[in-house]
Amino acid sequence: MSIATTQNKSFTAALWDYLTTVDHKKIGKLYIYAGGFFFLLGGLEALIIRIQLIQPENNFISAGLYNEMITMHGTTMIFLAAMPLLLGLMNAVMPLQIGARDVAFPFVNSLGFWLFLFGGIMLNVSWLTGAPDAGWTAYSPLSTQSPGHGVDYYVLGLQISGAGTLMGGINFLVTIVNMRAPGMTYMRMPLFTWTTFVVSVLILFAFPALTVGLFLLMFDRMFDAAFFDVTLGGNGIIWQHLFWIFGHPEVYILILPAFGVFSEIFATFSKKRLFGYTAMVFATILIAFLGFMVWAHHMFTVGMGPVANSIFAVATMAIAVPTGIKIFNWLLTLWGGSITINSAMLWSLAFIPSFTIGGMTGVMLATSVADYQYHDSYFVVAHFHYVIVGGVVFGILAGLHYWWPLIFRRVLNEKLGKLAFWTFFIGFHLTFFIQHFLGLMGMPRRYWVFLDEQGLDTGNLISTIGAFFMAFGVIVFLINAFYSWFKEEPSPQDPWGGRTLEWAVKSPTPYYNFKQLPLVRGLDPLWIEKTEGNGKMTPAEPVGDIHMPNGSIIPFIMSLGFFIAGFGFIYHNDTNLAYILLFGGMAIALGSMLARSLKDDLGYHISKEELEREAD
Amino acid sequence: MGHDHSLNPETMPHNPEKATLEGKNKFLGLWFFLGGETVLFASLFGTYLALKNSTAGGPTSEELFGLELVFLMTMLLLTSSLTSVYAMYHMKNNNFKKMQLWLGITGLLGLVFLGCEIYEFYHYIHGEHFTFRSSAFGSAFYTLVGFHGGHVLFGLLWLSALMIRNAKRGLNLYNAPKFNTFSLYWHFIDVVWVFIFTVVYLMGKVA
Repeated sequence: MSIATTQNKSFTAALWDYLTTVDHKKIGKLYIYAGGFFFLLGGLEALIIRIQLIQPENNFISAGLYNEMITMHGTTMIFLAAMPLLLGLMNAVMPLQIGARDVAFPFVNSLGFWLFLFGGIMLNVSWLTGAPDAGWTAYSPLSTQSPGHGVDYYVLGLQISGAGTLMGGINFLVTIVNMRAPGMTYMRMPLFTWTTFVVSVLILFAFPALTVGLFLLMFDRMFDAAFFDVTLGGNGIIWQHLFWIFGHPEVYILILPAFGVFSEIFATFSKKRLFGYTAMVFATILIAFLGFMVWAHHMFTVGMGPVANSIFAVATMAIAVPTGIKIFNWLLTLWGGSITINSAMLWSLAFIPSFTIGGMTGVMLATSVADYQYHDSYFVVAHFHYVIVGGVVFGILAGLHYWWPLIFRRVLNEKLGKLAFWTFFIGFHLTFFIQHFLGLMGMPRRYWVFLDEQGLDTGNLISTIGAFFMAFGVIVFLINAFYSWFKEEPSPQDPWGGRTLEWAVKSPTPYYNFKQLPLVRGLDPLWIEKTEGNGKMTPAEPVGDIHMPNGSIIPFIMSLGFFIAGFGFIYHNDTNLAYILLFGGMAIALGSMLARSLKDDLGYHISKEELEREAD
Repeated sequence: MGHDHSLNPETMPHNPEKATLEGKNKFLGLWFFLGGETVLFASLFGTYLALKNSTAGGPTSEELFGLELVFLMTMLLLTSSLTSVYAMYHMKNNNFKKMQLWLGITGLLGLVFLGCEIYEFYHYIHGEHFTFRSSAFGSAFYTLVGFHGGHVLFGLLWLSALMIRNAKRGLNLYNAPKFNTFSLYWHFIDVVWVFIFTVVYLMGKVA
């Protein structure tokens, strides 16, 4: 299979290629497509929420539908949009950054993607029969007593997609430990690789807590267990603990990769090496470590007592220190640099003040005594949108602009890029800045309506207008993506004057990535070769056969099996026919595992001769 | 990597499970997986500890548990861990037959353990009317111990698939990492049981 043949294929062949691919670059694209789709869906839900709140006592949607909207907006944005988009960037970029030919377990990589996608589809199928309506946090007893099957879809959908994410985490960890190119020591890894590594550790240790929480909720709802049933001695607080033991590290799972993206962009477009690289690495690790120690700050009003509240408050405030180190290092990277301002850079520059505001309100919320006032108000909503949108979404958009040439072979149009940035940026602050004050004035989160003449009208109107600005920005970004694909010329291999290894591979990236593994001589290896060498990476090995993994349809079928079994679990209390789905689905899934185990998959080799025929 | 190795070399290397990059990856990947499993069981233990006195008027742990059977089960599983070490010893010496023999003994011990556990659950449900639904304690007990039992069952299925698949072709660098990862998994299941024995049964008798 040479490069020329891969480009001239029929639609069905291309579809089959993507269904069976184990190539990290294609899986990265799949994550970006699917994550982008769910991002639009979550954005639509957000618009509906804001339209409902445009004026007092509005009845654009019913109270029940509003609850479904807020639940699905949060769940979709966190699990199905932000995380997959970041996993997409990690997949597309990280193996190239460390000079590897693929991830450690290409098959598992594909399985992780399909599990995520089927989990996401499962969650959204619930719209047909009534979506989950207990909030994205699914607190008991709201979740245990929610009628219908909405919360069942939440449980099964997240269980399936969470399993996929966990696999992705393990895969990245092994890849980074075992498959770095010669000379790529840990302290020469680009910051994006470092954050991928640390985030994978967080995924590994945080997601199992969610897995257990979801199992307990599933057992309570579907099999009459009594974990959260107070009449039988159960305790709803257990859910809150398990959820936040997962949920708080999840916040760092989202933001740390964005930190990595900004670190790459600031260094590249300031034409300087990242200021305080070592401090940045250790700040990342410290944030991750502290991230596991602070989950109960979501539960200050539960009644854990002053000692527990104080400990968690102080631990939370401590996170501001490594985060502050990072902010100053980015500023000092810019300081005295030869700065280029383009769309990627605009998103990164806008991130610094936006995220700092979010961090500041975070310290306010961490003050456990004051939190009794902020708790469950719009102040909290404003805070987490400042960190998640101002940090994560800005980071994803910056990363997409920066790596678009690598992933899709096009440089995105600058005019459209800037238009999208300014409308989204202004819209974002319009939407959420005012919400701080709505919260301080007492507007509770998750309420369907508010009354007039309570001073909340103007603020909510402004907030809704801002949301439409954001929607406009997203549409312009989409137009830009299509426009650049159809109208722009293929981009050169290294359009930004890159510093790291992903810009050293030729464009389009060959499916084996590196014909010869590169020899890494220091931090920013490509930059070193540009300034001290001949501009090209020195090979670390002679041209030789390359071992490649085989594609496989099994991950798709296995995920489909779990998907089918999920419906069996959801409906087994309603009809015995559901047992067909349950056992049939599990048979497909377990049978796929068995097939994978029994059939040898030795991969294939690209011969040295074939590699030599391909031009450099 | 791996392309110039034959997967069936004339003399097997000393650590056949880590001789290829794929083998090294499997080894490390399973260790990370066990890290995640640790959090999974820690969450289940935490839930159990929070709910172990929430009997809602039903039977308590002191009334239910008998240590004789559970002690026997502990011995069975600990011994099976030892026999899986013997199996790995023979794998490193490239003695496929003895490896299969000891893996077979490991599997048998696991099977007897599982039988004891099923008997124990049957006894609680039908003899003591203590079920998954009788109290929060019941839910937590059956979930924690049942998750462990499910892991044992999965391990047995995994082991059978490995042993049957490779029965006729012997040891090579492709399947050695698979046997080795199974043995790591099996040790982990054993360690979890030691905690269950202590936290659930011993502490359940003296609390």
